[in-house]
Amino acid sequence: MRERITNLWSAVVDHDRRLGWVMLGPAVIYVIVFVGVPFVLVILLSFSNATVGDPRIHHFVGLANYIQVLHQPQFLTGLENSLLITFLTVAALLVLATLEAELLAHKFRYKWLVQILLILPWAMPVSLATLAWLWLLDAEFSPLDWIFRQIHILGPGGLFGPALHFYYLGRTKFAIAAIVAVNVWRMLPLATIIVLAERLSIPQDLFDQAQIDGAGLFRVLFRITIPALMPVLMVAVLFTALLVFGDMAVVALLTRGGPGNSTQVLPYWAFLQGINGGDLSAGAAVALFLLPVLLVMAIFALRFAYRSEQA
Amino acid sequence: MAVLEVRGLKKYFGKIRAVDGIDLKTKEGELLALLGSSGSGKTTLMRMLAGLEQPKEGDILIDGRSVVGVPPRQRNVAMVFQNYALYPHMTVRDNITFPLKSRRVPKETWGSKLDWAVSILGIEPLLDRRPGRLSGGEKQRVALARALVRDPELFIFDEPLSALDAQVRNIARAELRDLQKRTGITTLYVTHDQIEALGLGDRVAVLSYGRVRQIGTPEELYARPEDLFVAGFIGNPPMNLIVREDRVLGVRAEHLFLKRKAQIAESGLNLRLHIDQLEFLGSEWLAYGIEVGREQAARIIARLPHDEGAMVRAGETLDFVAEQRHVKLFDKASGRLISR
Repeated sequence: MRERITNLWSAVVDHDRRLGWVMLGPAVIYVIVFVGVPFVLVILLSFSNATVGDPRIHHFVGLANYIQVLHQPQFLTGLENSLLITFLTVAALLVLATLEAELLAHKFRYKWLVQILLILPWAMPVSLATLAWLWLLDAEFSPLDWIFRQIHILGPGGLFGPALHFYYLGRTKFAIAAIVAVNVWRMLPLATIIVLAERLSIPQDLFDQAQIDGAGLFRVLFRITIPALMPVLMVAVLFTALLVFGDMAVVALLTRGGPGNSTQVLPYWAFLQGINGGDLSAGAAVALFLLPVLLVMAIFALRFAYRSEQA
Repeated sequence: MAVLEVRGLKKYFGKIRAVDGIDLKTKEGELLALLGSSGSGKTTLMRMLAGLEQPKEGDILIDGRSVVGVPPRQRNVAMVFQNYALYPHMTVRDNITFPLKSRRVPKETWGSKLDWAVSILGIEPLLDRRPGRLSGGEKQRVALARALVRDPELFIFDEPLSALDAQVRNIARAELRDLQKRTGITTLYVTHDQIEALGLGDRVAVLSYGRVRQIGTPEELYARPEDLFVAGFIGNPPMNLIVREDRVLGVRAEHLFLKRKAQIAESGLNLRLHIDQLEFLGSEWLAYGIEVGREQAARIIARLPHDEGAMVRAGETLDFVAEQRHVKLFDKASGRLISR
């Protein structure tokens, strides 16, 4: 008996191929069950006429759901906003994460405190954080407005007076900016950590050499640091863009897509249609519109990262 | 051609005295080797000269002007790092012109300066390559071209040969020597390898624990070490050191002769050695022995000519002598050479 177990054990452990399958197995099963199956279901759903009331996939309607979705004005607004918000967030993240990584790569007093503060947003649940932002941007009680009134930017005689409030979430552009701000705020720690790891792996000799060669701060940043960071910046773009593009929590909690539908985004619209509205198949069709966009982004980012690695 | 002078330079890291009062002065256009083992302060000294570290005390003068507090980019000091620190994402051409761009050298002159530096080092075919595709020797030449291109007053080389294969190293050493002689730029060559230091340097400064032990030509260091550290460091094998009361006698392996063979005018030292090991080096032998009849006797190495070594056997006890003029006297307490 014992010998059998030993034999079985060595039959697995002493063969790299078999061992590889055994070790990869759980992950592969997980992906198939929790990613692959739902993915296939969504595709099937999007071609059917299933609803929450009758979720059976038995009647296929071809591209009807897609055509219907394309005719919804909310869908087009959502697509536009999703792209805009993702682009603005990622652009801001690139700049801020590079600067933050540069800051954290140097030694200074109380660095540990700064590090904790900078990582904190990542540890906060999205809902809790968004509530804090809701209060900051509240129409009536925003502390930001109070500060602006005190320094005479708002209020009678102020630069933007005589209004007492900015109504951040009541104006489309402000609301979009607020969504971007919250996204940047909560993604920055992740982006920074990705970039910082690479920044710390650049040999100090290169910076010493650049100093001796006469390069100033900006030349070092743009000619040495950023080119060296480029592959990993692309990875950071990929990761944060996918997370932001697929996220509905911030919009759902902050603006509910409003005012009107002007800050609608695709994931939230898919949710509203498919779950809240009960039209599973239309929701699936909206959600699947994201796929090609995300796929293209992923392929581009990975190819770019791979190529700069080769050079 | 510039003269570098360092006066009373100190740098501490916490309690560690990395550089603990260094004075030295180069001659115009010379190659001064800084020789020391790791932890001797040579790297810290070099970084202070380049401006990457600020000294705690003391002064650094280039042609009589103090450069303490002057940032690296305003000093005209070029440095070649141990691993060459080539910018990996730039072509060789961009690497070499980087100092010109950074230092706002007029654009019209870039081309001619590039051509000049590139032709001196013979790296024309490499211009469009990236550092990742260069061999160790090619990297060194690119790094040298980048250092050379901006007409520096001072070159600092930090162990530039240590990243090279043994075979390439000899060639690279000769090239370095040749480049330095042709350009005539005052050069500091930092190394832990005494063969490099003695072979390359016009003069060598021996560093230990943040201080200069001795500075002189390779011949001077070898023939007349000023203290016990230098005596025990320079030369392969290093000088034999024999304790006699409050003195230490120093004698080179090649100055010990078998008494039965030697004809010496004025004997300065008699040694009875128990030979325990013989090493065959081709043209000669090294005989390792311990002085007979003494406590805490030091291990002594004598160099024997081919025919004499062949007749000696391990386990024999033999008498050796050295001429008076070849025996150095050191004070045991201070370690300094006692001149006579």
